[in-house]
Amino acid sequence: MRAATNFDLEDRVREIASELRCVVCQNLSVADSPSDLAKEMRNLVREQVQQGKNREEIQAYFVSRYGEYVLLSPPKRGFNLLVWGLPFLAIAVGGGAVYLVVRRWTEQAPAKRPAIDPAYAERVQRELKDRE
Amino acid sequence: MTWKKLLIPLASVPVILLLAYGFRTDPKAIPSPLVQKLAPDFRLQAFDGGEVSLADLKGKPLVLNFWASWCYPACYEEAPLLEATWKRYKDQGLMMVGVDIQDKEANAREFLQRFGFTFPNAPDPGSKVSIDYGVYGVPETYFIDRQGRIAYKHVGALTPALMEAQVQSLLKGT
Repeated sequence: MRAATNFDLEDRVREIASELRCVVCQNLSVADSPSDLAKEMRNLVREQVQQGKNREEIQAYFVSRYGEYVLLSPPKRGFNLLVWGLPFLAIAVGGGAVYLVVRRWTEQAPAKRPAIDPAYAERVQRELKDRE
Repeated sequence: MTWKKLLIPLASVPVILLLAYGFRTDPKAIPSPLVQKLAPDFRLQAFDGGEVSLADLKGKPLVLNFWASWCYPACYEEAPLLEATWKRYKDQGLMMVGVDIQDKEANAREFLQRFGFTFPNAPDPGSKVSIDYGVYGVPETYFIDRQGRIAYKHVGALTPALMEAQVQSLLKGT
């Protein structure tokens, strides 16, 4: 029973710590970093979980100390929306452009065939007849 | 059909704007959300046995410096400046507290002795105070005004000019 509780707690700590940036590392989460500061931050997360705080409250604490920089995923609001929205916008715009270009190719192909000069056509017909 | 020719330059405008915004900000500068806010309280056991707390220093301007003996050379560079500033301004009511983070006690004491620090210094068990102040490296220095607000945060070694300007502005504040 005691072991199961500890396991749940460590799971929860890991889950929350994995979303926090280790501020002394390059692109490592607090859960993954071997640094001392990250270890202390994990201890702090554990303490706050034990106090009954939820994920949002713990994140809010770290954001109030380190700013949004401490979150590995930028929150989906304000200027940050560009980061979340632009890839999808680019796919939509690019897809639209490909669709338009392909449609133009298929539609314009017959129209672009040059009209046959009537005099030339008549000469071909005549010469074919002469050969017979 | 001239608008088609304009399409490519027009499409590049948002990209250029985005880059202009991005390159103007220093990616290494992480603005502290605590500046202009009330400094978090702390209570630490100093190396000399006494207790230092923010609450006890209420109403006095405070220079709060985070350091470590392993922080070479930046902490070693600014240490004489800290002690000199303390000696010069303590009679005018300036307070100075050093917080030693993630250090071995023997090394920390050697550091204190080497620079002859006479202002209170305390270790930070569990880095609790450091995290509470959003410290991500040493040295970092917080200039806290008489109202207990963080007026300025400096990352890296202090320079005499910066120290002088910040201390003067703290002492002037009511």
